[in-house]
Amino acid sequence: MAVPLRKPKLAVWKFSSCDGCQLSLLDCEDELLAVAGAIDIAYFLEATRAEVAGPYDLSLVEGSITTAHDEERIKDVRRQSRALVTIGACATAGGIQALRNFADVAGFISAVYARPDYINTLATSTPISAHVKVDFELRGCPINKYQLVEVITAFLAKRKPTAPPHSVCIECKLRGSVCVLVAHGTPCLGPVTHAGCGAICPTYDRGCYGCYGPMETPNTVSLSKKLAELGVTERDLHRLYRTFNANTEPFRMEAERHGS
Amino acid sequence: MARKTIKVDNLARVEGEGALTVVIRDNRVQSAELRIFEPPRFFEAFLRGRAYSEAPDITARICGICPVAYQMSSVHAMEDAFGIAVGGQLRALRRLLYCGEWIESHGLHVYMLHAPDFLGYEGALEMAKDHADVVKRGLALKKAGNGLMTVIGGREVHPINVRVGGFYKAPLKRDLVEAAEALKRARDIAVDTVRWVAGFDFPDCTRDYELVSLQHPDEYPFNEGHIVSNRGLDITAHEYDQHFGEQHVPHSNALQSRKRDDGGAYLVGPLARYGLNFERLSPLAKEAARSAGLRPVCMNPYQSIVVRAVELVYACDEAIRIIEAYERPEQPLVPVVPRAGIGYGATEAPRGMIYHCYHLDHDGTILNAKIIPPTSQNQATIEEDLTAFVNAWLDLPETALRHRCEQTVRNYDPCISCATHFLDLRLDRG
Repeated sequence: MAVPLRKPKLAVWKFSSCDGCQLSLLDCEDELLAVAGAIDIAYFLEATRAEVAGPYDLSLVEGSITTAHDEERIKDVRRQSRALVTIGACATAGGIQALRNFADVAGFISAVYARPDYINTLATSTPISAHVKVDFELRGCPINKYQLVEVITAFLAKRKPTAPPHSVCIECKLRGSVCVLVAHGTPCLGPVTHAGCGAICPTYDRGCYGCYGPMETPNTVSLSKKLAELGVTERDLHRLYRTFNANTEPFRMEAERHGS
Repeated sequence: MARKTIKVDNLARVEGEGALTVVIRDNRVQSAELRIFEPPRFFEAFLRGRAYSEAPDITARICGICPVAYQMSSVHAMEDAFGIAVGGQLRALRRLLYCGEWIESHGLHVYMLHAPDFLGYEGALEMAKDHADVVKRGLALKKAGNGLMTVIGGREVHPINVRVGGFYKAPLKRDLVEAAEALKRARDIAVDTVRWVAGFDFPDCTRDYELVSLQHPDEYPFNEGHIVSNRGLDITAHEYDQHFGEQHVPHSNALQSRKRDDGGAYLVGPLARYGLNFERLSPLAKEAARSAGLRPVCMNPYQSIVVRAVELVYACDEAIRIIEAYERPEQPLVPVVPRAGIGYGATEAPRGMIYHCYHLDHDGTILNAKIIPPTSQNQATIEEDLTAFVNAWLDLPETALRHRCEQTVRNYDPCISCATHFLDLRLDRG
């Protein structure tokens, strides 16, 4: 039997987040209409009222899981998706809202259960991978829109996306930027942070603040020693690791080494 | 007549997750609720104990569509607490960055989120099938705004270059001049946009709103000015809390702001800014408004798309003016010395006034934070609009009626991600 040719179906889902990563798709001003021509954008609430029922060939998931309702919803999304890719630090690591994970959880829980009619939230913010199988995780707070186009292209071509897991340091070298850590003594998380942004901060005379999360096998202990030599206090070391990817294991453990 | 309920379970083409319930009884709208179910993210809770210097980057993450509004409001609040003034080219650069955000955000809303309502499309991508040139024009406009954000801020979503006292690095004149070329084309597009959207079919709906926005003696407002209204309010950001208060309504994960004196709703955003500051628009923007038949005060929220287009002309004009006068400052920031105190900041996000207040310790540690975004201020007004306007359309078929209700919400370009970030956690231990 002949199989009718059809365009692959893309869905974009939102959980707890700022909308910035899905906005990156609309920010692909030069590529958007080409993308929309090659695929069927079947579900993308930020952009259209139209909804085409699943299953979907590729689901892009933004945001973290912070409610009981969303714990169920992500399972439903997974069931309807051939491939599921998380976009951004919230979906991949729990995001900035995962700072609640280190707060007075007892206080949060009693608040939640005392007035469930008022506030419906879990005590934790967790990445999508804590709930369902994820086929690829795109890092960043926010993601790099060119990496997003690469991921969509790769999945449509049924190949692995190119998104190197090395550190921001390599991107600085590729860009020809001066090392702010060595040359200026500026505290920088570049040596332990996952590439992808294009080393923006050092190019603007600023140390990397780790918004792409940990690289593969980061040596945070060694970096913290260097930063302490530069005069970074224990309290500030703790804060440095405890931001948009605080819930990832390497950054969580390193933050804990420098206070609570 | 029996009771009838119109429900929109997932509002499309807004930022964030919201829903709508309109209850009709005896052929009258009995109640309208904009339900915000975007989960709370507790920003104010975890800002406590952080350094003052972290606030611009942390609060930016409240909203991916208007991060600059959060960055600007937080740095102004911190500088207020520390007694610092940022002037000259650094001040101009902040204004320029804000122009970029307005162009990006308004371009997105006018072309991709709002125009499809008037032309009968589900979204801009569907509209592109019939009107590719129109959508391309909108994308070019948006791209000019994003380009400006990228030159100054390093990237368009969550720029990295803003800090208390100024910037990490001041852009080179030649890089800004390059961005200005795209802005000149964008300005032409914006003028065409005003003409285009002015020709849409607008329902004849006006209400007697209390308009609230910043007002600066010499400029259309971005970062500075008094908070004023068309009913005589004239206060500084320090006094905001005495005049406006929030209520927690059970159907929403966001707090609703109302006036403290009479509990009334008020309106922030393009209609308010325009109505209170028409005289401070550039000559080109004023001319674009006049030729579109827009009076200096507009009280029809459906025409907010025309006002946004006029603001697009202004933002392009203002950005080009700032770039032409730009001289790269020797230092990218003024010195910052923290001290204990309270700092207030109010600025104009694309969708309306945003207010930040921080209590700070002697070393600049944040003790307490309060953030009020525009959408929580507009929420009560949106519900009143639905109650007032929907009555006229009750005879429409269900799908058309539902669409009208959605459109009424989208008039405000609501940012639901913003509105829910700040839910106060209320401990009730029974």
